[in-house]
Amino acid sequence: MSVATKSDVGSQEPTVVGSPVEEVPAGKARGEFLYFAVRSKKFLFSIGVLGILAILAIVGPMLDSSDPLAYNSTPMMGPSADAGYWLGSTLNGQDVFAQFANGLRATFFVGFLGGGIAALVGMTIGFVAGYKGGWVDEMLNMLTNIFLVIPTLAVLLVIASYLPSDMRGVPFEAIFIGLTSWPWAARAIRAQTFSLRNREFIDLARLSGRGGWKIIMQEIAPNMSSYLFLTFILLFGGAILIGASLDFIGLGPHEGYTLGLMMYESINNSALTLGLWWWFIPPGVAITACVGALYVMNVGLDEIFNPKLREL
Amino acid sequence: MRQYFGRKLSIYALTFFIAATIDWLIPRMMPGDPIQSLLARTASGGATITPEGQKALIDYYNGVFGLDKSMPEQFINFWISMLHGDLGRSIFLHGAPVVDAIMAAVPYTLALLIPAILLSWVLGNTAGAIAARRRVLDNTILPIGYVLTATPYMWLGIVLSFLFAYTYKIFPLGGGYGFNLEPSMSLTFVQDLAWHWALPFVSLFLVSFGGWAIGMRNMIIYELESDYSRYLESLGAPQGLIRKYAFRNAMLPQITGLALQLGVIVAGNLVTEVVFQYPGIGQLAFNAIRSEDYFLLQGIFLFIIIGVLLANFIVDVVYVIVDPRTRVGMRGGTA
Repeated sequence: MSVATKSDVGSQEPTVVGSPVEEVPAGKARGEFLYFAVRSKKFLFSIGVLGILAILAIVGPMLDSSDPLAYNSTPMMGPSADAGYWLGSTLNGQDVFAQFANGLRATFFVGFLGGGIAALVGMTIGFVAGYKGGWVDEMLNMLTNIFLVIPTLAVLLVIASYLPSDMRGVPFEAIFIGLTSWPWAARAIRAQTFSLRNREFIDLARLSGRGGWKIIMQEIAPNMSSYLFLTFILLFGGAILIGASLDFIGLGPHEGYTLGLMMYESINNSALTLGLWWWFIPPGVAITACVGALYVMNVGLDEIFNPKLREL
Repeated sequence: MRQYFGRKLSIYALTFFIAATIDWLIPRMMPGDPIQSLLARTASGGATITPEGQKALIDYYNGVFGLDKSMPEQFINFWISMLHGDLGRSIFLHGAPVVDAIMAAVPYTLALLIPAILLSWVLGNTAGAIAARRRVLDNTILPIGYVLTATPYMWLGIVLSFLFAYTYKIFPLGGGYGFNLEPSMSLTFVQDLAWHWALPFVSLFLVSFGGWAIGMRNMIIYELESDYSRYLESLGAPQGLIRKYAFRNAMLPQITGLALQLGVIVAGNLVTEVVFQYPGIGQLAFNAIRSEDYFLLQGIFLFIIIGVLLANFIVDVVYVIVDPRTRVGMRGGTA
């Protein structure tokens, strides 16, 4: 629009892949989605992997109701189905499967809540910056840039030290990740919104006298819904990875059990030097499978939504 | 041009100010008295301190850390001493200057980070560009890329360490160099250094490699499906030429992506160093967190902030060099 923003156009390009906006009637779009979804290997594969992991996360803690932190078995026992310890035990005799099942549940929770909050914040900032333009855009851009560079670990340390210990559970971690990992999403959504705001149907909506927020929610958001969903998927996977890193440096939740904490404890209890592979391999496999499936789903859905990308 | 960089620089300055202020708050907002914990540390070393001696020590350390001043004074002193290259004293290292601790760790971290970032970016983008829309390559590189980029940094480190250090004993389990060696310029020491460097480098490299390869592959497909590529194709242009144009256009978001990914890579470096007990900034930060040494942590964060901002600025400059449209925009012309 203005020359000032034009000079910045290069650094505003989104890095995420995502379909350019396509306008398709809703009913037809749904049928088409299903038609291509059941034919997309990427989509089916990722749904399969995520489905298995989700079932494990839901059913796992029920199958093995023992406390993941209780010392109730022979220490350093390898995986054995006969003894009832499917993934063996830790250095101090904790049940690895119980830890794994509970950790998987928490990991999904962190991904879902953290990714969801990040998507909400990113969308709000991206929509407003892209739609309003001008100085609102400049200010939000600056906020985004600052959040991109700020040492989030430092903020986490300060906030965490003021919270009572019983509030530092998995939900706190998820909320914190959500509130700090939105910047790239805001940038990407801003760029998409920016490309939509001068289309004719938006001008028409403006002429009808609707307010800015209504136009964003009723005209702009629905027209890039597939893009928003893809962004959420990437934020979901990102939140899981960030959570695992926080746990691993000892800034994880004080209550509850996560896959990242499992890795932290195994390494700090010499699982590596003692060769207790059943303790640190499963959590990493689960995280990699989950995040990998989300990324594959992102590309698979992109191909479904965007006819240009379908491989013939 | 000058206006463009002037604006960029002022945003950087503001960002730095805000980030550094948050950073400054850490040791001051944390509950617990840093001086008391330092004294406890000295006492646990076996020294008996008389009450008078303790009083003298508290006064001395309050002076050293500048904690006897008012908050605004402390804030101004923080900036003044920072400009003099003084980041305060470490509690964990018994009052040694933070700058010394950081400077001792920096070479290790840079030796890991710089090659890992640059090599993974160049090779990842090349692999992704080659793989796009070539069935056989796409079916091999793509799954590998997804697995790599979805792997948590520390876990890849753990697995590599388990395979190549624990099981096959090719590489050492951890550390910056062997316990039996003194740092020197001898050949054995340099060899040993490289030996310890290899695994953490490879695990950092692989995770980022996967991400760049996937990103580039997807970007190239977008470009190959865009109108200008179709037009070139209909004109009968050779495939090589179309791919070349596609590659150039797909490159631009990857350069911006480098700036966006820096924080992730720095965090990845932190956990990788912890896995390998590599004596860099990450390991130092980990120790600072564990021993609640917030002055040391403050210095480390400040160092990371400066590093990330500097890298961002380099990316900005490179972008202007690579993309002619930004230069046109700067002169006020219309692209």
